[in-house]
Amino acid sequence: MSEANITAHESDVLVVGAGGAGLRAAIEAAATGARTTLLCKSLLGKAHTVMAESGIAAALGNVHGEDAWQAHFRDTMLGGGSMNDWRMARLLAQEAPGRVLELEAWGAVFDRTPEGLIRQQDAGGHRYARLAHAGDRTGVEIMRTLQQRAVQLGIEVHMECSVQQLLTRGGRISGALALRRATGQFAHFRSNAVVLATGGGGRAWKVSSNSQEHTGDGVNLALQAGAALTDMEFVQFHPTCMTGPGSAQGTLVSEAVRGAGGVLRNAEGRRFMFDYIPERLRGETAPTETEADDWYATRQDRRRPPELLPADVVTRAIDAEVRAGRGFKNGGVHLDIATRRSSDEIRRLLPSTCRRFALLAGLDITREPIEVAPACHYSIGGVRVEAETAATSVPGLYAAGEVAAGVHGASRLGGNSLADLLVFGRRAGMHAALHALGTEPPAKVSAGESKDVARIVRLVEAPLGRSKGENPYLLQRELQECMQAHVGVFRTRSGLEQARDKIARLRRRAAKISAAGPRLYNPAWHLALDLESMLAFAQATTLAALAREESRGCHAREDFPAPSAEFGATSIVLRSSLEGLRMTREAVNAMPEEFRKLMVPDELKQFFEEQSTWVRTKSTSGSGAATPAAGNSKVTG
Amino acid sequence: MLDAVREVQATQAGDLAVRWNCKAGKCGSCSAEVNGIPRLMCMTRLDGLPTGEPVTVGPMRSFPLIRDLVTDVSFNYEKAAGIPSFQPVPAGADGKRRMYQEDVERIQEFHRCIECFLCQNTCHVVRDHADLRPHYSGPRSFVRIAALEMHPLDAGDRLPLLKDGAGIGLCNVTKCCTEVCPEQIRITDNAIIPLKERVADRYYDPIAAFLRCFKRTP
Repeated sequence: MSEANITAHESDVLVVGAGGAGLRAAIEAAATGARTTLLCKSLLGKAHTVMAESGIAAALGNVHGEDAWQAHFRDTMLGGGSMNDWRMARLLAQEAPGRVLELEAWGAVFDRTPEGLIRQQDAGGHRYARLAHAGDRTGVEIMRTLQQRAVQLGIEVHMECSVQQLLTRGGRISGALALRRATGQFAHFRSNAVVLATGGGGRAWKVSSNSQEHTGDGVNLALQAGAALTDMEFVQFHPTCMTGPGSAQGTLVSEAVRGAGGVLRNAEGRRFMFDYIPERLRGETAPTETEADDWYATRQDRRRPPELLPADVVTRAIDAEVRAGRGFKNGGVHLDIATRRSSDEIRRLLPSTCRRFALLAGLDITREPIEVAPACHYSIGGVRVEAETAATSVPGLYAAGEVAAGVHGASRLGGNSLADLLVFGRRAGMHAALHALGTEPPAKVSAGESKDVARIVRLVEAPLGRSKGENPYLLQRELQECMQAHVGVFRTRSGLEQARDKIARLRRRAAKISAAGPRLYNPAWHLALDLESMLAFAQATTLAALAREESRGCHAREDFPAPSAEFGATSIVLRSSLEGLRMTREAVNAMPEEFRKLMVPDELKQFFEEQSTWVRTKSTSGSGAATPAAGNSKVTG
Repeated sequence: MLDAVREVQATQAGDLAVRWNCKAGKCGSCSAEVNGIPRLMCMTRLDGLPTGEPVTVGPMRSFPLIRDLVTDVSFNYEKAAGIPSFQPVPAGADGKRRMYQEDVERIQEFHRCIECFLCQNTCHVVRDHADLRPHYSGPRSFVRIAALEMHPLDAGDRLPLLKDGAGIGLCNVTKCCTEVCPEQIRITDNAIIPLKERVADRYYDPIAAFLRCFKRTP
């Protein structure tokens, strides 16, 4: 393809990705006065953000007047096992209420309190009812509001346009080269600032709740441009997702089913969550079925049922039960609401869940139990950014939302990702605009850049030209099987090493992919290109998981089941080098004393407790297969 | 249905063009016509279709074809861009905005829209009268306009647009859009008819027109 066929575009700020973070960034960049261009890989409005159900965490205090940012900050740090960038957690807690009210001023309609204010609901790990929500489709509400705001501001949008590489000049960002899916033509976007808002990499796993767009593009683009990644080992698995049929596998079954009274049972009929209550949560968790069931009636002054323990605990319990041979035929356990509540009540409390099961699985959840298992859900790690500016280590490159790392630490609380999108999307857009407006407009394309562009075009077009070669769909399946088996809920050194070697082999094979067919909307070609990103994402996750020899948050090592004080103060950082990924260990920024004071001493202690955070805590009639060898429980330190 | 298409794609025709994202009925990307009926492929179970005969799947017919199951849906985005956006009334004295649940329930129904454009694809005016498209916005736009017009805190006025540019009068209320809506929004009853009434009240009510004559005299 000759260069003449590459269209040229120029703006001050280029935003890559049009989910919540990308849209919010574009809106802020435009409002700051920058000429802003927004690229989305799908059609506008289809991004993964639409899948968010429960709500957006913000200490508005509409339901509990005593809620304040300090409490939200504390909950976020606790949930993240102290691995959070505390400055980001603080900004999240302080700015989320403003971002929610701003959405309301742009036309969003959240559910209301009797006083006419934004209603807020409970979610795991939040001390107060804090999640502003629009029924169980909060993500759609936020997406439409932002989408319409962006259209209103006249932001230039290019749909079905996927960035293949970021361009740099003298170590600074100078733009990006993108492929237009519908036509198969290239577009050269020149701009002095780029905001990455591309979401996570969950499609590298076989069982995933993620939209197909989540192929880790931003992580790959950032690495190639020279930026650093961190916390890649922290991949969150949602405890209860559908086990089928077909691609319904991985579809989220909301925590609301358990909140409404649903209980988890293994194939022996046992309500097994009672066997997995961590020591630190014994005080607030009901030890018997009778007491647990009492909670649903009053919801106060009672200890909570163990089904409502933090997501990571429930995820590991389900996974352990299935691996111990106490699961059902599709590799899950039963989530039973049918025998617990009347049909009418279930239909009233869980309308969309009822409907989705009827349509996707032909299952009446008011009559039968649901088979559920964990699925890959959220990429906590990603591109390392400055807390205040969302700037990466490459001048002109910014990142926000799921592609960025830092705010969630070792595990994310429900509702914090939507808050993250808005708070840091806005900051990224603003600082990208200030950077771009403070620099000279993009100069004429240099000979070096033209050469760069021609080289990228050749690489991108290569799979189209191969009439014989690897099938991208089957290669993706092999990667997904590998990640599911070895880099899943539980990890071991030997499994991770197998995954590392397998990914290296897959990368070599990916160089021989054939996507023969037309240029025009050719999904095999698109997948071949996305696979590059998925492989980079998978490799970074695997290497980081190998390095973190402890269990913390959502990272569970069977061979190192306890948290270690040393790793609790260490981030795993990855950068690209000529020899591949280069890893360094860097100290986590310590919280200053004034913020430490917000935490209760007992809570701080739990970050460093020596007792395992996930082993089965009570022996039962079943085998003890879920309990690893005790000898390994103390390591490093 | 979507699984079947993706399996063919993975094993037999890698370049088979199809849009999909969430596979859970939330993004509205995989709109198509299955056995001639407009629906989301991800929410269509093969075992719910007649057995013993071939299943046909084709692109939405009202939009220009790009390739296979992928169509050019830019018509819908162009119409959306022409709708005057939300114009908030000032917040209360305490800086807060108050709305009550019973007042927002109707527009929350409209906000469920996932923009799959199946209603636009099915609408007779869009489908059969290409010449009217410049003057007609279609059911998705009417749902959006209804959401704004019925918003308790909106001060905008979109009735002139509805009457002229958006052409709500062209809709002949056959309810086909409502039938295909995967979110079960009652498009005709709850959005289009009330908007038609508002337009009629303002522009075509003979008594109001008569009274307006007197208002004009000083």
